Amino acid sequence: MKGRLLQALLSFSRGAGFAAVALVAVAALASAGCSAPVNKQAPRHITYWEKWTGFEGEAMDVVVDDFNAKEVAKAKADPSYAPIEVEKVTISNVEQKLLIAIAGGNPPDLAGNYSFYVAAYADNGALTDLGPMLKKSGFDRNVYIPHYIELGEYRNKTWAVPIVPASIALLTNKRLFQEAGLDPEKPPVTIEELDAYAAKLTKWEVTLPNGEKKIESGYLPDVPADKKRLIQAGFLPGEPGWWGYGWGYFFGGKLVDGPDKITAADPRNQQAFEWVASYSKNLGVGVTKRFRSGFGNFSSPQNAFLSGKVAMVLQGVWMHNFIEKYAPGLQWAAAPFPYPAAHPELAFTTNADADVLVIPKDSPHPDEAFEFIKYVSTQAALEKLCLGQQKFTPLKDVSEEFWRVHPNPYIRLFRELGMSKNAFSIPQTGVWNEYNREIGNAVDLIQNLSQTPADALSEVQTKMQAALDRNRRILARRDAK
Amino acid sequence: MTSLDKINRRNGLLFCAPWLIGLTVFLIYPLCAAFYYSLCDYSVLLPPVFIGFDNYVDLVKDPLFWKSLGNTAYFATGSVLLGLVVSLTLALLLNSKIKGLGIYRTIFFLPSLMPVVAGSILWLWMYNGQSGIINTGLRAIGIAGPAWLADPTWAKPAIVIMAVWGAGNAMVVYLAGLQDVPTSLYEAAIIDGAGFFQRLFNVTIPMISPVIYFNVVLSIIAGFQAFTQAFIMTGSTGAPERSTLFYVLNLYNVGFQDLRMGYASAMAWVLFIVILVLTFGATKLSKRWVTYDR
Repeated sequence: MKGRLLQALLSFSRGAGFAAVALVAVAALASAGCSAPVNKQAPRHITYWEKWTGFEGEAMDVVVDDFNAKEVAKAKADPSYAPIEVEKVTISNVEQKLLIAIAGGNPPDLAGNYSFYVAAYADNGALTDLGPMLKKSGFDRNVYIPHYIELGEYRNKTWAVPIVPASIALLTNKRLFQEAGLDPEKPPVTIEELDAYAAKLTKWEVTLPNGEKKIESGYLPDVPADKKRLIQAGFLPGEPGWWGYGWGYFFGGKLVDGPDKITAADPRNQQAFEWVASYSKNLGVGVTKRFRSGFGNFSSPQNAFLSGKVAMVLQGVWMHNFIEKYAPGLQWAAAPFPYPAAHPELAFTTNADADVLVIPKDSPHPDEAFEFIKYVSTQAALEKLCLGQQKFTPLKDVSEEFWRVHPNPYIRLFRELGMSKNAFSIPQTGVWNEYNREIGNAVDLIQNLSQTPADALSEVQTKMQAALDRNRRILARRDAK
Repeated sequence: MTSLDKINRRNGLLFCAPWLIGLTVFLIYPLCAAFYYSLCDYSVLLPPVFIGFDNYVDLVKDPLFWKSLGNTAYFATGSVLLGLVVSLTLALLLNSKIKGLGIYRTIFFLPSLMPVVAGSILWLWMYNGQSGIINTGLRAIGIAGPAWLADPTWAKPAIVIMAVWGAGNAMVVYLAGLQDVPTSLYEAAIIDGAGFFQRLFNVTIPMISPVIYFNVVLSIIAGFQAFTQAFIMTGSTGAPERSTLFYVLNLYNVGFQDLRMGYASAMAWVLFIVILVLTFGATKLSKRWVTYDR
């Protein structure tokens, strides 16, 4: 009964909606016919490739619709103005397909990309230098959080404008903290604390000599592997392991020094990876592998953190959305990722990369595409977009309203992290993909205890320094032509 | 040449044209272009810069090239041998006269109809270290199975075992070959007192040796081009510890991620030559053991 009533109401409101639209259309036609001159300019159509799907894509759809509506209004007021009409197309693996489209001479007018591809794209001449257009439009880079605007700048040119920034923090499961006798409101501050908490939060099912099973916590080095089964981990450096290349930064290390020097074997990176390896040593390589293979997909309720299998994870600002969707009852907290106690100056270290807008080389309508970039970069549009995606904006100024309605209780923390002097990004180098694979393999070897961090990193160092030298040589050879 | 000859030649060429054009545009041209690019720095986005044989010299010094070549040779050898044994055994079993033969043949052929992507996802679940069907089965008989695809020692054998999944195609070809073996030969062998294995090794295998040769060459070529399984099951990095970094996977990374198309073209040419040499070798060897009865 209730359902039928609802249906009737819905169909009525839909009917009424159509009627209203028709009425408005007729009125518009009539008024156009007798008063203002009709705008006969054909709209300037531009294609915009973007990677987002789901609610993140919808957030951008709203901004695109706003822009298009504003253009239509402008054309109405000025009959000689040809409105710009942006069509957003959702493309998976946009960073690869965009390159193929550019190489094939058929790129979109505008595209979304990741900040860490800017260097490789720019090195290959795949992007339009936005500098002149930005200058002409009176663009002020100082309104941005410095770290994020720098992500689009490479070799003294501006190739991209950041639109949606991100940062990462330590997320903790408050219920598991309570169960382990820890204060859920006090996440670990130093790496040493993190390690101590992680041990307390690690739980095993132990088979006693009499065959009985018992739950025990800690690492239990004296219990043989076949007598204990891991059921909860306090912290696993490999879960989710998305920033495996970046562990060195949390210990004060870095991956490159300037455009010509690889610093993979930096002692601080080694120290960081010794720390990563300590988790494999404490838990056991095989145990960790078996435990991890029981985790479900990242975006599912079986996610290791959401299902309470891992008590603390390094995760991004977006995790809030996944908590709301897959584990709405989860009691969680966020805090800056811990720093080594001896180095308090490393507090607030985070990875800060961003989604950016670029104009591909040979874009058919670069000026129109830039008009859209200009629109998206206004505070109002950025706040709408970033609120829709439940992130913070890359701008220094934030409206009170944005803070008031933002659903993520830790959004101010994530923004503060993004503004930190210790925020690091994927290095801007044309060999990043290769570097990422090499360091990923090193992380694999280190976590499996197949190689010591010193050896693994020194191999990466040798290989990547050669790769970077080769890259510079290729660029030099090309520029000489 | 008479005018009829001319017309015939023209018509002949015309009828060959679809194939000729296809061969030229999609095979000969890309082959030549790839060779030219293999002598260049080429990022696709910018014009190639000629550098001579530098890419080939770098290739020889590249440990990843050797690692991926080794992995691929391991996979190719494993999958060729295992595929041969499994598909030939199946064909022999399914060549007997039993009730419901058609159904059995269909059942064993079916998996090879499944797209590699879907098959890989399925095996990904089967190989799950904790809850996969393989380890569950092993646990039932008291064996603690490895973490398969997460274990550097087991990941490669796991992908080899999976290759048996596609044995159905080869099986059908063997079946066709088996049915071509004249019954009179078996009758003569039986009269001479030959047992099952004597008949197998002295009649069946020599008689179907051309089919075996055909299947082996095809699976060598397919084995060296392995890509999809690893790409889907262990990712483009060839994890764990690069144990599943196959040659074509490495080539894909270099070409499409690093945009070093010149280097990738050199890799493609080396692979082409490796496969060519192996096929040639198999053909040479075949003269010794392949018997053509007609």
